[in-house]
Amino acid sequence: MDPVSLELPHTLRGPQATAGYGPTTRTTQPIVTGTSVVAFKYKDGIMMAADCLASYGSLARFRNENRLMKVNETTVLGVSGDMGDFQHMKHKLEDVMTHEYDMDDGQALGTKSVYKCLSNIMYGRRTNINPLWNSFIVGGVDGGERVLGYVDLYGTTYMADSLATGFGKHLAVPILRRRVEGRADEITEEEAVAIMDDCMRVLLYRDCRAFNKLRRAKVTAQGVEISEPYSLATNWSYAESIVGYGV
Amino acid sequence: MDLAMQARPMEAPIEAHNHNRWSPYVDNGGTTLAIAGADYVLVASDTRQSDGYLINSRYSPKAFVLSNNAVLGTSGCSADSKRLYEVLEQRAQLYQHRHDRQISTPALAQLLSNTMYSRRMLPYYVFPVLAGIDAKGAGAAYSYDAVGNMQRVTGVCFGSASALIQPFLDNQVRFKNQRDADPNRLLTREEAFKIAVDAFTSATERDIYTGDYLEIFIVDAAGAHKEMRELKHD
Repeated sequence: MDPVSLELPHTLRGPQATAGYGPTTRTTQPIVTGTSVVAFKYKDGIMMAADCLASYGSLARFRNENRLMKVNETTVLGVSGDMGDFQHMKHKLEDVMTHEYDMDDGQALGTKSVYKCLSNIMYGRRTNINPLWNSFIVGGVDGGERVLGYVDLYGTTYMADSLATGFGKHLAVPILRRRVEGRADEITEEEAVAIMDDCMRVLLYRDCRAFNKLRRAKVTAQGVEISEPYSLATNWSYAESIVGYGV
Repeated sequence: MDLAMQARPMEAPIEAHNHNRWSPYVDNGGTTLAIAGADYVLVASDTRQSDGYLINSRYSPKAFVLSNNAVLGTSGCSADSKRLYEVLEQRAQLYQHRHDRQISTPALAQLLSNTMYSRRMLPYYVFPVLAGIDAKGAGAAYSYDAVGNMQRVTGVCFGSASALIQPFLDNQVRFKNQRDADPNRLLTREEAFKIAVDAFTSATERDIYTGDYLEIFIVDAAGAHKEMRELKHD
């Protein structure tokens, strides 16, 4: 009997393996993209938000995407950058979590471990000059400790009480440094929601790739909760008074 | 042989155009210095991590204590620095398990050089200093470039404020251009500590990539211990 031989479709082979069949294929620019993610620590845990838009250049292409992923019972992942690369990472993390489940050892993978795993994947990809074009924020509660970490396509990692990706680095971080830094332990959930909504509103006003349909996630000792999409109240009458920049 | 290399057919075309290539490196700023004395060695690093005009984090340490009490100070690409530390720490622990004793500082220094050179074709974008106690009990500081060139030194500074601090160390630690000084004199701990703090407070005034907090590790026969100082947050 003939041995079974299976030709994998090119999409399932690595870029190196396909070299003989054409040019190597890599993410050299993001195509379908998600914009900022904003996250910070508060009294009960961590809060994170991202809108539901996946843009195709300047086209608002997919308007009902979820950019907040529940990784496990204690961890959420916020994503900006290429949505295709994110789906790849999502499958990888699901594999990791399935493997953990299969171990059946009563041990859950903590937020720090998920963050390290994600960081190692990102650093490995950039070292092979084949990056996943994303910025991720990992948030969760690990053994009673709040964990908030950032990792991007360069494998750069850092942790802080408040974090943002993309435009949020410019527009949300200054707000968060003022309202969160040094007082993460005193912010109630109510205030956290207000701070988060203010950040997302500023982004909505000034980031052309932002969208007024967003989700908010919180991780507390009780677990992960990702909200249904909601909208922010806006007031565009300010626009009338803005002059300059060629207007 | 690497499997990926084997799988690549010989007739595969080699890409001639190399322009517009994505760069895998980022410069996250920050500064590290080391001063070696008779029976101690000191490593000082700021804790700011930046990306261009953005401050990523005010506390992201770039000096790491290894399991044999040597301290690795870094600057350059933060992702590479952290990986370099992990690789070195793993190798130090492997040495412990294989030989049932801690790796010596000179051996670790050579290992760091080899580790850096092993990435000759995609270098760690890191300018490390390694500080520990040598076999004779003297303070030993080693400085490296990104591909593993190594030198034992008494005072060195790398990173975004190195151009501000290194000449200061040349004068105050190595007594360069001091007419009546003994060029071989080694600093006391108190002297070295003050010079490290002064170097960083001054550098913070002029270098936007250096600031927030200063971590100073002092290594002697008893081990490594850490002192923290606040730098300007602007």
